[in-house]
Amino acid sequence: MQLLSTDISLILEKFSIIVIVVLALLGIALYTTFAERKVAGIMQDRYGPNRAGPFGLLQPLADGIKLFFKEELIPLASNRILFILGPFIAMFTALITGAVVPWGSQLEIFDRTVSLTIAKPDIGILYVFAVVSIGVFGMMIGGWASNNKFSLLAAIRGASQVISYELAMGLSIIALLFVTGTMNLGEIVTQQMAGGLGGLLGWNIFMQPLGFLIFLVCVFAECNRTPFDLPEAESELNMGYHQEYSSLKLGFFLFSEYINMIVSSAVMATLFFGGYDIPFVDETALSAAWGNNIVAILGILMLLSKIVFFLFLFMWVRWTIPRFRYDQLMDLGWRKMIPLALANMLITGVVTLWLNS
Amino acid sequence: MQPLTNRVKVLEPKPLNLMERLYLPNILKGMMITFRHIFQKKATIQYPEQKRPFSSVFRGLHVLNRDEEGRERCTACGLCAVACPAEAITMEAAERKKGEEHLYREEKYAARYEINMLRCIFCGLCEEACPKDAIYLSETFAPANFTRKSFIYGKPDLLIPDPKEAPDDFARAKGQIEERKENTRKNLTA
Repeated sequence: MQLLSTDISLILEKFSIIVIVVLALLGIALYTTFAERKVAGIMQDRYGPNRAGPFGLLQPLADGIKLFFKEELIPLASNRILFILGPFIAMFTALITGAVVPWGSQLEIFDRTVSLTIAKPDIGILYVFAVVSIGVFGMMIGGWASNNKFSLLAAIRGASQVISYELAMGLSIIALLFVTGTMNLGEIVTQQMAGGLGGLLGWNIFMQPLGFLIFLVCVFAECNRTPFDLPEAESELNMGYHQEYSSLKLGFFLFSEYINMIVSSAVMATLFFGGYDIPFVDETALSAAWGNNIVAILGILMLLSKIVFFLFLFMWVRWTIPRFRYDQLMDLGWRKMIPLALANMLITGVVTLWLNS
Repeated sequence: MQPLTNRVKVLEPKPLNLMERLYLPNILKGMMITFRHIFQKKATIQYPEQKRPFSSVFRGLHVLNRDEEGRERCTACGLCAVACPAEAITMEAAERKKGEEHLYREEKYAARYEINMLRCIFCGLCEEACPKDAIYLSETFAPANFTRKSFIYGKPDLLIPDPKEAPDDFARAKGQIEERKENTRKNLTA
């Protein structure tokens, strides 16, 4: 009986964390769309949406309601099942990447220590890679099932782009794993918290600046963000792979893109910027003074602010740099990023071996 | 190919130097430009609340003028309709009867006077053509409605307020017309 009772509370605990994380991801994504339009406006000397509610804060709700009430069109010539499957795969994979990200250390609620990570597999980062590569299928299937040449072109573009950049991304991560020695995201964060200046100097960005740069560029490509937004290149492909989609299915595609952005920001923050580590602060000393829970919540807020910074970076770049041409994109991916990542990996390997011997 | 003139200047683009080929410094430069724009003054005019100031001789919707006693100045001579390049003005003349002297300034008046605001191109030629000081363009613009028919403005829409009914509104409309006359004169002499 003892075993059974603990199991149930563990399931409840995990379930509530999953619900919170999913809802939080959706909520943040909702307001990221708003922030995107606001940032775009402000950077172009405009105001951005400011009519719905105070400062336009109800705009995402208005957009959501609009999408919800739009007519649902499924082209006659499309493959109906795959057409419906596409946006769901995109949304599903976008949401489940958040499972391995450590959103905070741990909270103590009613004598229970609740870990703020949904799952802590030892293959943490590999899981992210695996799920992200499934995410391409959403785009691919959606574009193919639309039975529209523009959608198909966009889907092919998107798939080849993601595959090309995943290589360089993986190579830059291998170099990082030489440094950390583990793939468990929670452990990677704990390692970084041990550095000087309250953890700041332990951040992997100082060990792997080039690796971070490569990873960042690849993340832009994986999320289909400008300057690599070729799958949705409006001027060339009308609307890209989601051209035939309407109503909530379109909303799912657009939304999954934003959730992908948030999760990859979280992964970047975790891998290179210390995750929920608060710089200039020694967490163990602080939690002895203030209690564990307060420090854990501060840690969550710290991770969130790092995510917000990366989201702003995504938008900032989007409204600055024009789109790449497709051959330039491939040239950059295969002939610049991969050799660079390989060199980075080799040098890191040699240095790590030399330091350890 | 044979050049048409000998003025063709062949430009050889210089190969990119290392800093340019690294690409990232230039991206950072561009990002600093967009970042600076965050703090710059917004160009937007929040339209229904804020309005852009008009030129002093802006040509908006028409008004039909009255004299100081509130009598209609228009005598239905039809010069405005002739001058109108868009043929937007229609009128029907009528003779003033006994007892109507307080309504119409002269013996002839416009029983019907219509301007189709969808045809009108707001050139102001009617204003220039009028010998009786009767028609002026105001600063009102961009009317909105649901039917085309409602854009045909008749006398009740066009006439400025009657001083017997609304002396304040009449005085304001009169003042605007006087100001407009003054501005137009200045504009012509300048």
